[in-house]
Amino acid sequence: MATREMTFKIGGEAGQGVESSGAGFAKAFARAGWHVFGTQDYYSRIRGGHNFYQIRVAETPLYSHVDSIDLLLALTQEAVDRHCDEVVPGGGVICEECLEVDCATLDKRDVSYFPIPLTDIAKEQGGAEVMRNTAALGAAAGLTGFPLEVMASVIEDNFRKKGTEAVQVNLRVAEAAYHWTQDKFGEGFDYELPRIEDAPRRMVMDGNQAIALGALLGGCKFVAGYPMTPATSVLQWMATHGDRYGVVVKHTEDEIAAMMMIIGAAHMGVRALAPTSGGGFSLMTEGLGLAGMTETPVVVVEAQRPGPATGLATRTEQGDLLFVLHASQGEFPRIILSPGTIEECFDAGWRAFNLAETYQCPVIILSDNFLANSVRTIEKDALDFSGVHIDRGQLLTEKDLDALEGEYLRYAYTKSGISPRALPGHPKAVYQATGNEHSPDGQLTEEREPRRLQMEKRLAKLECALTEMRGPVPYGPKKAETTLVGWGSTYGPLRETVDLLTEQGESANMLHIRDVWPFPADAVREALSDAQRTVMVEGNATGQMASLVEAHTGVNIDHHIRRYDGRPFSPQYIMARLEEV
Amino acid sequence: MVEFQDYRSPVRPTWCKGCGDYGIWNALKFALSELDLAPHEVLMVSGIGCGSKTPDYTHVNGLHTLHGRSLPAATGARLANHGAEVICVHGDGDGYGMGLGHMMHAARRNLDITDVVQNNRVYGLTKGQYSPTSPEGFVSKTSPQGAIDRPVNPWALALAAGATFIGRGFPADLRHLVEVIKKAIQHRGYALVDVLQPCVSFNRAYAYDYYQPRVYKLEEESGYDPSDRAMAWERAHEWGDRIPMGILYQVEGEPTYEDQVPVLQEGPLVKQTFREWTENDFEALRSEFI
Repeated sequence: MATREMTFKIGGEAGQGVESSGAGFAKAFARAGWHVFGTQDYYSRIRGGHNFYQIRVAETPLYSHVDSIDLLLALTQEAVDRHCDEVVPGGGVICEECLEVDCATLDKRDVSYFPIPLTDIAKEQGGAEVMRNTAALGAAAGLTGFPLEVMASVIEDNFRKKGTEAVQVNLRVAEAAYHWTQDKFGEGFDYELPRIEDAPRRMVMDGNQAIALGALLGGCKFVAGYPMTPATSVLQWMATHGDRYGVVVKHTEDEIAAMMMIIGAAHMGVRALAPTSGGGFSLMTEGLGLAGMTETPVVVVEAQRPGPATGLATRTEQGDLLFVLHASQGEFPRIILSPGTIEECFDAGWRAFNLAETYQCPVIILSDNFLANSVRTIEKDALDFSGVHIDRGQLLTEKDLDALEGEYLRYAYTKSGISPRALPGHPKAVYQATGNEHSPDGQLTEEREPRRLQMEKRLAKLECALTEMRGPVPYGPKKAETTLVGWGSTYGPLRETVDLLTEQGESANMLHIRDVWPFPADAVREALSDAQRTVMVEGNATGQMASLVEAHTGVNIDHHIRRYDGRPFSPQYIMARLEEV
Repeated sequence: MVEFQDYRSPVRPTWCKGCGDYGIWNALKFALSELDLAPHEVLMVSGIGCGSKTPDYTHVNGLHTLHGRSLPAATGARLANHGAEVICVHGDGDGYGMGLGHMMHAARRNLDITDVVQNNRVYGLTKGQYSPTSPEGFVSKTSPQGAIDRPVNPWALALAAGATFIGRGFPADLRHLVEVIKKAIQHRGYALVDVLQPCVSFNRAYAYDYYQPRVYKLEEESGYDPSDRAMAWERAHEWGDRIPMGILYQVEGEPTYEDQVPVLQEGPLVKQTFREWTENDFEALRSEFI
């Protein structure tokens, strides 16, 4: 029986359409009923370099990529050189004959070599050289018996914007490559990816899209941002959808302006969001403090990439946890969410606004490149659209204000620290919001007592917000010898590691921390109380989450697996490191 | 009818006696009340500095932000509620130093914001350092040998950036300043009002006695046409024995940024209710990913 789970890797230069064909292929598999996990790896340049897109396909839900590949689609010599070794026995390599391939070694490892004249096929059909990527996809479909009509439907969708001619040429190229490959190598590859009959229609989505979607349904009406990998697609997605759904999107001159604009917009009463990465967030830090001081409900998406400075611009890391937690001078409440899945990204997208408005403080959704830009299939109803609700907290309505007697105190002292908020524009609630310390009416003060009381008022909100912070998500058996602990994007790789360990007869489970600040210490301590041996897996060099867990729960983490080479964790990477610890 | 007194706050200014900020503060209150704008209809956004405390001393919606950052805050506020009259009030260190980049972008976007810059050509609140508009050779605590930097020319910069209204006033001629600010508020689009603000504590050399004999009104110059960009460019560089004030440049009828954002044609964003999502919307959103 042919293998029905596999990983494709499409490797080539920037400008060869690796990412777009990868994403298109991922969608095609989903349409044919397969579960998909797709991740991209690219260099920070427009042309050249070496990029790849990796798609894992299976009949059961997938949560991560894997390190081994089954079929390599190499568009350049570099792709051949870098990735041939990763192909598993029984797998194959598709590339043009003109590329140098060490056939003897491949043969020894039982890896098939499929030389296919991709460029010639593209040209014969009247296509440009760049359409060799379409030819490669057609060839891969031919090798695996993947239904051509499904691939054609995705090609039609993807090229529609470029006109009928572009659609037609690409369709011809895909079809020609498909048949050429079937004729030549028809039975030569032991993988089979037919259409799965009666499979439900699933969505293919990445973390950025899920956050944007959640924010949109959650009433976000203003987005300000400056393009920065890996957060750019949040800004772009909103820009594409803004007119239709009533969102004003502003590409700003810099991230300082983005932060200040969302403060201005949120102050006037509109749900406002700014997506960025660590570098942009660095510029936003002073503004973050202003939002804290003026108690303005803003939401920032910080999709991490490796720093410091430019670091590895297109890669992944979880190195900004303590930075976002401490960013800006002084002490003020903030809320940090670290979603780990597409579903959690969606929830964070709308929940962040409810938290921001309820606690009148900045909320940061901390994501990373791996989560932001990897796609996964999810069931069509996996995102609970109708479950999204809007809670604006203690926001005074026009009616409340009409009935107001006496002076309106924007920063009134309350036990919860939350002061009823009026939006500027009502004659009875004309007030100052200032970054200076202020008295309850918003007037600037330097006196000791109001300073102490306002500090206590603001920080009290954190205590309240703690009641809404959810504990870690467990996976695996309740009791186990090894408990893997992670946060954010490690959810998928950790979950698959637990599955692999369980298959091997080992006893392992995991905990995924998703709400980071205020730190749900009791829930984390409780969740860790059954753990025999804990291993913290996180994408940074210094163990930032481990230090938070230890500081707030008093529980010591036994072992650490840290990755900071810019690449995401895979189950195989974690398994290998587990043997060392 | 809105009265001057409606803008009166119980909080008294902490400015030095004789500070030009008093005049600018009064001019703002006169302008707003004479235009029949009530305090709750206005959002006054400021940065950091002596003059940026203006909203704190005024009964008006105030957003007292960070040094140099009032314009982007005002931009966000205006996009969220273009029914509000948004006025920025900040000094030269704030507006022409740290915030200069934001000014260029605010000007080219042409949002309907009035930008009043209290230009005293020195840092007052930090007690006497040279500012972006201090003259060359200006001796201060951070330029003890005299400033080497040449001063910025706010009028020329605003003109180059595409501002659709550029004016100047002097608080010692209060009525004139009020009129310039009123015209700036009434202008549809970004309006810069550069105000020659005497600082009697840290910049006595460029205070009342310096400006009084030098300032003249462009509107009294025969043949001066504020819609003529070339004329404006020339006068923007006039600075010395004669210092022009009034309206340097005004082009009317240019669409504002707000005019061109489709979503805002439905009315101020903050007044637009949350969308009632339908199954059709959900289907449309899901279908993108299928």
